[in-house]
Amino acid sequence: MTTIAPARTTSLLEVSGVSVTFDGFRAINNLSFAIGPQELRAVIGPNGAGKTTFMDIVTGKTRPDEGTVVFGEVPRSLLRMSEAQIARAGVGRKFQRPTVFEDQSVSENLMLALKAARTPWRVLFWRETAKDRVRVAELAAQVGLADHLSRKAGELSHGQKQWLEIAMLLAQEPRLLLVDEPAAGMSFLEREQTTALLVELAKTRAVVVVEHDMEFIRRLNCKVTVLHEGSVLAEGSLDHVTKNPQVIEVYLGR
Amino acid sequence: MTRTFLARNPSTLWFLLVLALFTLCVTVLAEGFGIGLIPTAFVKVLGKTLCLCLVALAMDLIWGYTGILSLGHMAFFALGGYMTGMWLMYARTEEIVVQALAGSPIPPTPEEVAQGVATQIFGVVGGSDLPVVWTFAHSAFLQLPLVLIVPGVLALVFGWLAFRARVNGVYLSILTQAMTLALTLYLFQNDSGLRGNNGLSGLQNLPGLADVPQSTLSILFFLASALLLAAGYLLLAWVTSGKFGSALRAIRDDEQRLRFLGYPVEGYKLFVFTLTAMVAAVAGAFYYPQAGIINPAELAPIASIYLAVWVAIGGRGRLYGAVIGAAFVSLLSSWFTGGMAPAIPLGFYTIKWVDWWTVLLGLAFVLVTLFAPRGIGGLFDRLPSPRRHGAQLGPDDGALREKEADA
Amino acid sequence: MFRFLLPLAMAVCLALPALAQTLPEVVEASRAQIEKPSRQTVGPVIDAIASTGDPAAAALLQAWADRKLGVRKADGVFFLLEKAPEGWALTGLDGAAAGTAPTSDITDLKPNAGVRELIGAVLVQFTLTDPDPAQRTRALDAIARSPAKAQLAPLRASIEDEADPGLKARKEHLATFLTLQFGDDSATRVVAIESLAGDTALDVRAALNPLLVTSRKVAVALPQGVNIAATLTPGKDIPREAAYDLLVGAGLAPARLTLADQKAALAAHLENGAVGGVPLAELASQQLRDAAYEALEKSGQVPAAATDAEVAAALEAHVFYDQYAEPDPAVTDAARRTLASIETRVGLMTAADLGLDALSLASIYFLAAIGLAITFGVMRVINMAHGEFIMMGAYTGYVVQQMIPNYTVSILVALPLAFAVTFAAGVAMERLVIRHLYKRPLETLLATFGISIALQQIAKNIFGTQARPLTAPAWLDGALSFNDIISISYIRVAIFLLALLFLGFFLWLMKRTRLGLEVRAVTQNPAMAASMGIDPDRINMLTFGIGSGIAGIAGVAIGLFAKVTSELGSDYIVQSFMTVVVGGVGNIWGALAGAAMIGGFQKVIEWLNPSNTLAAQTYMILFIILFIQFRPRGIIALKGRAAGD
Repeated sequence: MTTIAPARTTSLLEVSGVSVTFDGFRAINNLSFAIGPQELRAVIGPNGAGKTTFMDIVTGKTRPDEGTVVFGEVPRSLLRMSEAQIARAGVGRKFQRPTVFEDQSVSENLMLALKAARTPWRVLFWRETAKDRVRVAELAAQVGLADHLSRKAGELSHGQKQWLEIAMLLAQEPRLLLVDEPAAGMSFLEREQTTALLVELAKTRAVVVVEHDMEFIRRLNCKVTVLHEGSVLAEGSLDHVTKNPQVIEVYLGR
Repeated sequence: MTRTFLARNPSTLWFLLVLALFTLCVTVLAEGFGIGLIPTAFVKVLGKTLCLCLVALAMDLIWGYTGILSLGHMAFFALGGYMTGMWLMYARTEEIVVQALAGSPIPPTPEEVAQGVATQIFGVVGGSDLPVVWTFAHSAFLQLPLVLIVPGVLALVFGWLAFRARVNGVYLSILTQAMTLALTLYLFQNDSGLRGNNGLSGLQNLPGLADVPQSTLSILFFLASALLLAAGYLLLAWVTSGKFGSALRAIRDDEQRLRFLGYPVEGYKLFVFTLTAMVAAVAGAFYYPQAGIINPAELAPIASIYLAVWVAIGGRGRLYGAVIGAAFVSLLSSWFTGGMAPAIPLGFYTIKWVDWWTVLLGLAFVLVTLFAPRGIGGLFDRLPSPRRHGAQLGPDDGALREKEADA
Repeated sequence: MFRFLLPLAMAVCLALPALAQTLPEVVEASRAQIEKPSRQTVGPVIDAIASTGDPAAAALLQAWADRKLGVRKADGVFFLLEKAPEGWALTGLDGAAAGTAPTSDITDLKPNAGVRELIGAVLVQFTLTDPDPAQRTRALDAIARSPAKAQLAPLRASIEDEADPGLKARKEHLATFLTLQFGDDSATRVVAIESLAGDTALDVRAALNPLLVTSRKVAVALPQGVNIAATLTPGKDIPREAAYDLLVGAGLAPARLTLADQKAALAAHLENGAVGGVPLAELASQQLRDAAYEALEKSGQVPAAATDAEVAAALEAHVFYDQYAEPDPAVTDAARRTLASIETRVGLMTAADLGLDALSLASIYFLAAIGLAITFGVMRVINMAHGEFIMMGAYTGYVVQQMIPNYTVSILVALPLAFAVTFAAGVAMERLVIRHLYKRPLETLLATFGISIALQQIAKNIFGTQARPLTAPAWLDGALSFNDIISISYIRVAIFLLALLFLGFFLWLMKRTRLGLEVRAVTQNPAMAASMGIDPDRINMLTFGIGSGIAGIAGVAIGLFAKVTSELGSDYIVQSFMTVVVGGVGNIWGALAGAAMIGGFQKVIEWLNPSNTLAAQTYMILFIILFIQFRPRGIIALKGRAAGD
C-alpha cells in the first residue's frame, strides 16, 4: 500500500484507497478522492459519514491504516509528514468551531498566520516590517476587521471570529483550503460574502468545503462529492447527485 | 510600533528600576559595604531570594506562557548548583590540601594534590578516587560551562523524548516529576559520584578569596544575583515579546491550531524547555554558593512544586508576577520557619508557626488557585495605571469571556 | 605439658581405628587433660574416649559434661558422681557402684562451657540411638551444627534401626553430608556428592561449597600433586599489581617502590636544596622525582627499586594459580559438577521466587493505584493528595490499634473505618475544591498539591516525624514457603488477595451497579446525563469519595508492612500515577497491567543490582519515560475518538 500514485498534472490532492478504523468502527472505508489545483468542491454527507475524519487524514491529525494521500504538482506523500509540515506544504484548514487565539489581539493572530519562516530560531529573531503590517491591515480589511486590529480575538462576535479565522487562512497562502462548515452561525449577509469569497479563492487554489446547508452549496455552484459510511457514494453536479436514488435514500430523503 | 523594546514593554522598565533601587538600598544598608543595618546573614537570604526570583521567571515562561507545568525545574536549578559546587569544593579542598602538603620537605606533585583532594572529598562516602564526573572540576574554565551544558542537555533529551511522544498536560507534569524523582534518587546514592546524601559543602568559600570576609562576599554575590536577575528578566521579556511570545501563548491556548498554521510546536516546546532549564541552572549556580551547601534533598519533587506555588501566587503569565511570588512567598516562608513569627496561644493548643506554616501555605495555595488565579500580580490590573501605553499587558475584559469559555 | 600432650593426643586420635585402645587406657593417658581441660586442646582426647567403643565412654562423657565426674584425691581414680546426703555417691567407670565419699575426698571436675560444648558434640553419636525421638532429633541438630569425622560411623550405624521415617530420612541426608566431607575414599565421596545433584536446599549448597574453597598461590613452576582449580595469567585473570603483590608476599620478589616510599627516600637525601642533583622546587613532578631517585640509586644511596621491566620479568618467571584446599581432584570435580546442576535449578527457582516478589509488589502498586484508577482514570481528576489519603488510612489503622489491643479485631475495625475517614475527606475535598476546577486539570493538580502539602504537615504535627508501627495480627506472621528459595510472607499473600478483591469490587461497581452506570454516563457526557435525571454533582462526589476511600483501605494494608510516617503517601504517589499512566488511563485492566509491569520491572532491576534499591527506582523511572515513547497512551490504550485529545 505504499506505492505512490503516478504523477497527474490534473489533480493537486489525490487520496486513494484510504481506510481508518477506530476500535473496530470503520470511519473511512477505501475512500478515493481527487481535486485539481484550481477547483471548488463541496463535500456533503450525513453525520458520521467520515467528513471530519477525511479532513483529519489530509491534515495529518489522523494516520490512515492503509491507502495513499499525495499532494502537489510534484506528488509528495502526506502520510509521513507532521501536521505542521503539511500545513507548511500548503494545506490550510478551517475548523467547524471558530478557533482563534482568544487571548491575543486580531493583529497578533494574523501575524502568527502570516506566511513566513516557522522554526523557533527564525521566529525568535523575526521582527515585523512595514510590509507585514500592511499585509495584516489588508487581510483585516478584506474580512471587515480593519477597525478591530488591536482588540482581543476573544472579544469578537462569533461571526467575526469566523472571519478572522478565514483571514488567518488567507495569510497562510495555502494551495489547498479545507473548510469545515463555514456558514454555521453566520447571518444571511455573511453567508453571501462567504460564498463570494470561496468562489473567488477557488480561482487561484483548490478549495474543499464541507457543509450541511444545501442552499449554501447550491450557491457555490460546484462539483459535489457525497460521502456515506466512509466512502464516496456519488460525485458530480448538485443536480446530478440529488437525483441519485442512493443519495436520496441515505441523506436527502429523510 | 517602531518604538524601542523597553518602550514597548513598560513593565520591564519599571521592574528594572525597582530592582536597581532595591539593590542600591540593600548595598548601602549592608554590613559589607554600607552602614551595617542589614546583617550578612540577611544579605545572603536576599541574594538567594533574587536567584529564586530568576528560577521563578523561568518557571513562568514554561508554565505561565507556554502552558507546560513542569515539575522539574528545581532539578535543573539544583543541577546548576551542583556544577558550580563541584568546582568550588574542588578548588577549596585543593587549597587546603596544598597547604597541608606544604609541610613536607618535598614539594607535592600534581598527582599527589589530586589524590589528596579526592581522599578529602570522597572519604566521607568511602572513596578515594575522583569519579569521572569530576573530570573538569579542577578548572573553572572547563567546569563552569557545564552549568549550562549539563542541565541543557538533560532538558533537551528529556524534552525531545516527551514532546516527540506528544505527552502533554498533566501527563507531562507527572512525567517531569518522575524525572526529578529519578534524578534525586540517583544523587542520593553514594556511588553517584556526588557524595550521596552528604552533598557538597563549604561552597561559600570562593577560591583565592579566603581573606575576603563573608560580609563583603555576600554583598558581591547579592549584586551579582541582582545583575543576573535583571539580565534574565530582559532576556525573557525579549523572548516573550513579539511573534515568538505570541506563538508560545498560542501553544498554551490551542497547540493543535498552531500546528495547523504550520508551526512545529514540539520544536518550540523543546526550545523553551531547554532555555528555561538553562536559566534555572544559572540561578542555581549563583544560589548555592550563597547557601553554602547542596544535597540531593534540594531537588526533591516537592521543591519544584513549591516553585509552581510561588509562580501561581505571584501571578503566572506575567514576568513580574513570578518575581513577586517568589520573593514574597520565600521571604515569608523564611520568616515563619525561622521562628521569628510570634506563636499564637489558643489556650488548649499553641500554634507554632514552624509547624503550621506549611499547612498555611498549602491552604493559601488552594485558595489562590480557586479564587485568585491571577495571583498577586493580578492586583496590578486593578490599579488605574497612567504608565501604560499602547496595547494592554495582561488579561483584561476579554479574560472574562475566556473564563466563560473555559467553564 | 601442651607440647607433650598435643602430639600425643593427635596420635591417639589418628591411630584410633587401628589401635582401639581401651577406655581405661585412654583415660589414664589423658589424665591431665581430663582434670584440667582446655578448649583448644581437649578435642582429640574427647574423640579418643568416644572412639574406644566402650559403652561406658558415653556415661563418662555425659558425667564429664554434666560436671559429675570426679577424681578421688587419695588415689586419682575417676568416678561418676551423684549427690548423696553424706557427700557423693560414687560409681566406677565400669558402671559398678563404689559406695559414697565425703565431698572433701573428691575433686569434682568443672570443665568450662567451651569444653562442655565439645563433649556434647561428641556425645551426639551416642544419643543417635536414644529411645526418645526428641533426643535423637537434638543429636542430629548437633551434628548438622558441627559435623565431625567421628560422627559418621555411628550415624551410619544408627540409620538401619531408625523407626521414625522422618528422622531416618534426615539421618541419611546427614550421612551423605558427612560422607562427602569425611568419606574414606574418593569414590564414596564422589557418590555422595553426586547423589545431591539437583537438591536446592540451602544446607546442601552449604555442604558442597567448602569443598571448593581455593587459595591463590604463586610458584616458580606448577607444583605436582596438588589440586589446582585454575592457573592465572597476570593481566587477564588477575591484575598485574595483585599478581606482583602475591610475589612480594611469597618472598619471591622485592617490594615495589611506592610513591610514598620514594618521597620519603627523597626527603631523607635532601642535600643543599637538591636531591640527586635535582633542585627541590622541581620535585613537584613525578618525572623529575623518578630522575632524582635514579640518581640516588646510581650513587648507591638508596636500594634499587623494581623497575617495570623487572616486574614484567618476575611475573613472566612465575606461575599463578588457585589451589583447592581439598586435595582430591575427583571430589572437587564432582562437587563442581553437582553445584553447577544445583545452580541451574536454583536459578529457575529464584526466577519463580522473583515472580512471586514481583507479583506482591505489583499488588501493592495496584492497591495504591486503584483509587487513582477511579478518580484519575474514570473522572480524569488529578488528585495529588491521593498519597495523603493512603497515609490517612494508615494512621487510622494506627489510632485504632492504640484503642483496640487485639490486632485481629483492630484490623477488622480499621479497614472500614479507614474507608469511612478517607471517603469523608474525599467528599469534602471534591465539594470544596475539585468541583470548582473541573476541566482545568493543571489547576486541579496544583490545588490538590496544596492540600497534599497541608495534610502531610498536619500529620507530622499530630503524630510526629518518627515512624508509627501498624502491627499485623499474629496469624499473618510468617511466610508461605515452598522450599528454601521460594517463599512469600502471609502479609503479602493477604495484600495480593486484597488487590484481587478490589479488582472484583471495581468491576462489579462499574459494570453491575446503577452507580457505575451513572458514573460512566456522567464521565462520557455530563450534560446528557443531567438531562436524563442523573445528578452529576452527586455522582462525581460519590465516585471521588469511593476512590479516596479505597486509598484509605490501601493505606491500612500498606501500613502493615511499611512504617507509617507522614511521607508514606508521597512515597507511593509517583509510582501510583505511573502505574495508571503506563497502564492506560481510564481502564482498570490497564492499571493492573501497569502495576504488573512496574512491579515486575522493579524486581528484576533489584535482582540484577540487589545492593542498590535507589538505583533500581531510578532505572525504573527512566524505563517508564522511555516506555511512554512507544506507547504514549499506555499498555491498554483507548483508541480513536474515544481517547480524546
